Amino acid sequence: MRHLSTKATCNSHGQDSSYFLGWEEYEKNPYDEVQNPKGIIQMGLAENQLSFDLLESWLEKNPEPAGFKRDGKSIFRELALFQDYHGLPAFKKALVEFMAEIRGNRVSFDPNHMVLTAGATSANETLMFCLAGPGDAFLLPTPYYPGFDRDLKWRTEAEIVPIHCTSSNDFQITETALEAAYHEAQHRNLRVKGVLVTNPSNPLGTTLSRSELNLLINFITTKGIHLISDEIYSGTVFSSPGFVSVMEVLKDRNCDKTEVWDRVHIVYSLSKDLGLPGFRVGAIYSNDVMVVAAATKMSSFGLVSSQTQYLLSALLSDKKFTKNYISENQKRLKKRQNMLVMGLKRAGISCLKSNAGLFCWVNMRHLLRSDTFEAEMELWKKIVYDVRLNISPGSSCHCTEPGWFRVCFANMTEETLDLAIQRLKNFVVEHTANGHSKSNNSSKNSKRKLLPKWVLRLRDRDHKPDER
Amino acid sequence: MALTKDQQLLSKIATNDRHGENSPYFDGWKAYDNNPYHPINNREGVIQMGLAENQLCFDLIQKWIRRNPKASICTAEGVHEFKNIAIFQDYHGFKEFRQAVANFMGKARGGRVTFDPNRIVMSGGATGANETVMFCLANPGDAFLVPSPCYPAFDRDCGWRTGVQLIPVNCDSSNNFLITKAALEAAYERAQQDNINVKGLIMANPSNPLGTVLDRDTLRSLVSFVNEKKIHLVSDEIYAASVFSTPSFISVSEIIEEMECDRDLIHIVYSLSKDMGLPGFRVGIVYSYNDAVVNCGRKMSSFGLVSSQTQHLLASMLSDDEFVDNFLKENSERLAKRHSLFTKGLEKVGITCLKSNAGLFVWMDLRRLLKEQTLESEMTLWRVIISEVKLNVSPGSSFHCSEPGWFRVCFANMDDDTVEVALERIRIFVEKQQVKSKRKFQSNLKLSFTSRRYDESVMSPHMMSPRSPLVRA
Repeated sequence: MRHLSTKATCNSHGQDSSYFLGWEEYEKNPYDEVQNPKGIIQMGLAENQLSFDLLESWLEKNPEPAGFKRDGKSIFRELALFQDYHGLPAFKKALVEFMAEIRGNRVSFDPNHMVLTAGATSANETLMFCLAGPGDAFLLPTPYYPGFDRDLKWRTEAEIVPIHCTSSNDFQITETALEAAYHEAQHRNLRVKGVLVTNPSNPLGTTLSRSELNLLINFITTKGIHLISDEIYSGTVFSSPGFVSVMEVLKDRNCDKTEVWDRVHIVYSLSKDLGLPGFRVGAIYSNDVMVVAAATKMSSFGLVSSQTQYLLSALLSDKKFTKNYISENQKRLKKRQNMLVMGLKRAGISCLKSNAGLFCWVNMRHLLRSDTFEAEMELWKKIVYDVRLNISPGSSCHCTEPGWFRVCFANMTEETLDLAIQRLKNFVVEHTANGHSKSNNSSKNSKRKLLPKWVLRLRDRDHKPDER
Repeated sequence: MALTKDQQLLSKIATNDRHGENSPYFDGWKAYDNNPYHPINNREGVIQMGLAENQLCFDLIQKWIRRNPKASICTAEGVHEFKNIAIFQDYHGFKEFRQAVANFMGKARGGRVTFDPNRIVMSGGATGANETVMFCLANPGDAFLVPSPCYPAFDRDCGWRTGVQLIPVNCDSSNNFLITKAALEAAYERAQQDNINVKGLIMANPSNPLGTVLDRDTLRSLVSFVNEKKIHLVSDEIYAASVFSTPSFISVSEIIEEMECDRDLIHIVYSLSKDMGLPGFRVGIVYSYNDAVVNCGRKMSSFGLVSSQTQHLLASMLSDDEFVDNFLKENSERLAKRHSLFTKGLEKVGITCLKSNAGLFVWMDLRRLLKEQTLESEMTLWRVIISEVKLNVSPGSSFHCSEPGWFRVCFANMDDDTVEVALERIRIFVEKQQVKSKRKFQSNLKLSFTSRRYDESVMSPHMMSPRSPLVRA
């Protein structure tokens, strides 16, 4: 390890977190309907696999863009050489129109203010490089996407200071919490450069309310700082109250000629709404030309493949397709979410009421041995190893309250989801009967507490992964 | 000094100049963008000779694509794979892709070394690869030595966001721009005296802008040097398969097989942008012999993964041995032919180039056309070439060359006719210069050119270039 950079030898990539450990366990013993029916079901991966048939049928009907052709002529050479960091104009145009369509055309976007990047991962890091550096901090409401620790902090050396949100008000952002976070940052000698929110939220699956958005705009106006709105899940909103983008609120408040207008930036991607994470399509949208200019230059480090830009520009320019896709996708997500919510309910488990995203924020506090994160980890390990479901513990999302878990529902078949729900139901029945939860304080429980930690760990790990 | 509003709101990185785009060299690009040559529509336009692209072998690739519809996820034959490819974002990359790239890299080195697919780490082009390697090896304030003249964007790629500084190791024509141990030692010592922490050496082999390959002795001495100083060696081998005549290319991967060396110090950067002519597909590779760097680089590759659609296509193409063998052979031959056409044309008008056998450009010697052997004279001559000869070539100073009068001229990004047009323009220009110097000698007239044009190019306001100027030039 000698001679390497600090970045190479530290832990800021965040990969030692439990969020990724569950993944590793899944990789060792992945569920397969036929080959490995007892394997671990992946519910920790926020992927949208519900609408590929729509994409595939579009491809079948549109062979030209697929084959590097336009109007019968080959444009292979043109695409092979195209590395302009301003991006393929036709693609940017189609992308901004798609974004507007998702927002009911209540706002519009200028392609010249958009910067393409290799996924939202790159977009968030690039934006951070433009706005913050060592000694600076961004405030983020908790719980938040675990990958932010890597994307926002690792190579930029910026810091994240949490805005604590709790279930007392359904995890909404309050003014008190914002101010507390701001002061916490100052106390740590950090200069606050902005606030970053994910809207719709990961892991909550909820959209920000107008009042929260107004609160945020007031806050950044007073403090003279930035607001980044990661709207990667904007197309996954499937029921009321509907999606309101921060751009809409700014427009309604007639902010477009004011200073705060330049300090609001949006991050987008096609990885969730279109289910194409492999294609690495991300975007930064900023009203500030300086940010656009700097980000554009930085995008050299992670441009979108021209082959992919071309295919997607054709796909997204087909308005008939996009209209149908957006509405059909939302319908399917709604149905799927409902399936999970009802299934969990039957198992005595409730979820935060949600209207978006590819996951539910599940409340298993009543199943915890104690109101601690140790108990959350204990429960999580049981769920991964015994119930064989990879779900994400709230602590990996920096949630301040133990007992919450993010459970994904859009990356599997209906049958698999049914099976997962069944397994969980069986577990809850057993778990409650055995008095493992706080609500059942039997003597067995206290005996268990007296056992040394290493024994408890062994017991939990006694499970042998099935032979593949 | 009070910070501007932008400097307060934006980061230091966003408001400094290390992206390199404010340099005056982009005036050449602007001249091209404003008046691009076209064989039919604009025969008086500026010919782009500042862009190191390989446009000579697209027919081979297109033919392969047409014959292999399964390699595209969008054809009837390949669409059944669509979903699996579209959701694949594992930063390890497709195994088949890594194997195919390793296979290609081995073949480009004549099969003299093999590459381990598990060491292949993806990045956003070589641009992303160089930056990633720096993030892994050096901290802000650390330095890397770089033999100069060198690729202009190394400063941006290696230093802009990483905070790493580049220290040039100057090479000049006295010994055909070879890198000497003395020059390396001197640069290293100076850095030590200035309290600068040198973490390694980065070089391009084959060289951009020289178009030469490093000889065995030089390579061995570089490896000895880094071993002795316990610093890293990053070998950017982006032009490995663009070698078209002797001496053959020797990769650092070969050298470490034949001498004692701490492999933890050896790293290779690669890309398909030059050898295959696919800069748009953004295929960059970090190949390190250091496990920790592979692991860290792989985590960082999340910031610039290769599109799975592209991985899939290339995995198929590059594992087709028949295609690869033929491509490498054809590519070399076509580059050799083009190089010869161009250099012979230059020789006819008395212009020599550094003897080269690789790359997509020549390192042209115009020292005798300089009024004085100074940077200013080089810039003056350059502006004349852009505005009068209407060729966008790259002045040596943009490559941090310490000797004025050298110009890099690209030859593989155009067709044969355009090469002839360019040569003709050069011929006319050189003859005019000779007439002018005769006149000057006879009547002491100053070499002049329309001052209006001069003013225009010097005074042109900096604006965001209509296309990204700092492409891997």
